[in-house]
Amino acid sequence: MSKAAFATKFEQVCAILDKYERDPHRLIAILQEIQEAYAYLPEDIMTYVATALGVTPGAVFGVATFYSHFTLEPKGKYVIKVCDGTACHVKKSGDIIRLLETELGLNAKKKTSDDMLFTLETVACLGACGLAPVVVLNEDVYGAMTKEKTLALLQKIREEEAADA
Amino acid sequence: MPNVTLEERKARYEASADYDTRIVICAGTGCMANGSMKVYARFREELQARGLRVKVALEEEKADYALAETGCQGFCQMGPLVTLQPRGILYCRVTAEDVPEIVEQTLMRGDIVERLLYTKPDSGEVVRHAKNVPFYARQQRMMLEKCGTIDVKDLNEYIAKGGYFQARRALREMTDQEICRELLASGLRGRGGGGFPTGRKWELTRIHENETKYVICNGDEGDPGAFMDRCVMEGNPHAVLEGMLIAAKAVNATQGYIYVRMEYPLAVQRLKIAIAAARGAGILGKHIFGSSLHFDVNVMEGAGAFVCGEESALIASIEGKRGMPTLKPPFPAEKGLFGKPTDINNVETFATVPLVLGLGAAEYAKLGTENAKGTKTFALTGHVANTGLIEVPFGSTLREIVGEIGGGVMNDDGTLCGCDFKAVQIGGPSGGCLTQEQLDLPLDYDHLAGVGAMVGSGGLVVMNRNTCMVQIARFFMQFTQNESCGKCVVCREGTRQMLALLDDIIEGRATADTLGLLEELAHTVKLGSLCGLGKTAPNPVLSTLRYFKEEYLAHVVEKRCPTGNCEALASYKILPEKCKGCSLCAKKCPVEAISGEIRKPFVIDQEKCIKCGACVGSCKFAAVVKG
Repeated sequence: MSKAAFATKFEQVCAILDKYERDPHRLIAILQEIQEAYAYLPEDIMTYVATALGVTPGAVFGVATFYSHFTLEPKGKYVIKVCDGTACHVKKSGDIIRLLETELGLNAKKKTSDDMLFTLETVACLGACGLAPVVVLNEDVYGAMTKEKTLALLQKIREEEAADA
Repeated sequence: MPNVTLEERKARYEASADYDTRIVICAGTGCMANGSMKVYARFREELQARGLRVKVALEEEKADYALAETGCQGFCQMGPLVTLQPRGILYCRVTAEDVPEIVEQTLMRGDIVERLLYTKPDSGEVVRHAKNVPFYARQQRMMLEKCGTIDVKDLNEYIAKGGYFQARRALREMTDQEICRELLASGLRGRGGGGFPTGRKWELTRIHENETKYVICNGDEGDPGAFMDRCVMEGNPHAVLEGMLIAAKAVNATQGYIYVRMEYPLAVQRLKIAIAAARGAGILGKHIFGSSLHFDVNVMEGAGAFVCGEESALIASIEGKRGMPTLKPPFPAEKGLFGKPTDINNVETFATVPLVLGLGAAEYAKLGTENAKGTKTFALTGHVANTGLIEVPFGSTLREIVGEIGGGVMNDDGTLCGCDFKAVQIGGPSGGCLTQEQLDLPLDYDHLAGVGAMVGSGGLVVMNRNTCMVQIARFFMQFTQNESCGKCVVCREGTRQMLALLDDIIEGRATADTLGLLEELAHTVKLGSLCGLGKTAPNPVLSTLRYFKEEYLAHVVEKRCPTGNCEALASYKILPEKCKGCSLCAKKCPVEAISGEIRKPFVIDQEKCIKCGACVGSCKFAAVVKG
């Protein structure tokens, strides 16, 4: 990494740390904002955060790995969240998860596709149970999903990507 | 404008509320996912194109029509919902394309667009008014009354409907002790699941002297299948703030936090708007309503951990630590956030407080049952015709809730089943299931505890006959195992082992000892865990074991899943009368388990069969069946 790139990388985190007054009690909010800026939590940034807040790197990593929202690896361009809460589960969300795993070549351990296009996550409940089963693509909520509708959604993204390329 | 009185705000709102029709559009998460904001925009365009004046929230000029963006109206399945006031006409599943027709037919000519009305699934009868739809007619919406009728962004409308008057009264006219006493007398119990009397909790925080005290609102609604708190935060955020303000006075707190789970971005957004409006109006800040109280509220977003719904874990999370529970005592009332006395209540509890003070303790206590006063919201979901958010008095029965409000049980294909349900899971991963035998059981804390279930936060998931109860138990165990924070051994290891035992049952490896071991382990985890998560994690297992022992035995002894859901226990066979002997299935079979002569019925060798199901998909005559 060039010196300039290195500096830019750390400029962002410094701005975030300043915003929260380097208060260790606000670690979670700081990490949330870092993840928004960098799309994930890079290791060197977290070590830097620990030093800046005057806590051990272990404390920062501990928090980062405890909460499911944080990711230590970059996510794909499209994050697909399939709700597997009780209401979605009894309405067969499992079928949709299996379908997406097969279609995207993913499994319980491998969450992001090799082309960095898709990340598949299951979430416990999105609180939109009236629309079960629910799939969320980035910020958009899709309700009453079926295997067919999921495939159509995937197809649409792939076509858009092909058109862009 | 901090010096504007509530009366003046009310008068301002009422002066501008002079219009022909108010178009109320549901903007809860469910309806928004189905495009309700497009409907909203289209109404505005259509009316403006006709040269008509349209008023939206916060605008005080007079107009012909008013557009209101409300929180969740509860009937999520029929969304996007559009209500036309004052006539009370309810249109369901409205799309932007329907808007010109509604404007032309209903708003201009006064006619009804029949096809958009609600149709009763059993009789096919159409219903014009929301109040006559059985889903609403059988409810008693008190806490939710404003949620879904008022514009979420309009502070003045909340005030015009009586909001913040109780907070002002509490701050100006009541002592901290009087508020606690009133709450205790009302019989209000915590709505988050624990059911601890709210008045007592406040009193315990009040008596601990300290310069700094906190009030926390727990909006970390993690139970899968529950969304009551989300709807309240999205639909009536000011009621939550008003409840917190009254609590702040009662316990002498100066700072409040609302902890919202990250899965609810809309709730966070609406709360922030409400807080900003309240600060602007002097309802949060210094010398609120001319009293000596200084109080401000901040929103904190969770980062995805179910255990943070437990109060001591939630406090750790606000402090920027891993959300792990601590041993009690000391309770948060004594040593909570940053070591200071802290009152922590659930969203619904806070939103109910203004209602209790408004009605008066004696009047509120007339609702509900002896030990469970008032009303409770439930999230009704699963295999039921009308899914959504409901509010009923404590003591209502499942027969009323599922049969009348819910409109009956559904088949997997979405048709009305016309039969009773198999089970209702209540209280999420901490609760238990109720069966047909409990159809007439009054729902309250004590009755549910008596049958091994709990009110919990209020998720009600209806399950039809095709649901495998062992799989349901496994589903919840998987959830709690994932969410166990790992601090105490019995919960961390116990849930893992219980999950493994349930997997054995589902995958056909169970032996005669499995069920006994599972039950023993369940009791150990229940007794030995540190916090509520572990203590209640075995409940779904114990409850299904209690009511569906036969189903477990079928899995363990006969290696058969009565509902055909467990793949590993399924067996495939070819119906000789339907088989044409085309050999297609035999060609598809990856392990050559199917054999036979052409034009004669084929057979499956069960020894070789790996139960992949490829044969079922290949048969054109529906001759291969799973049983």
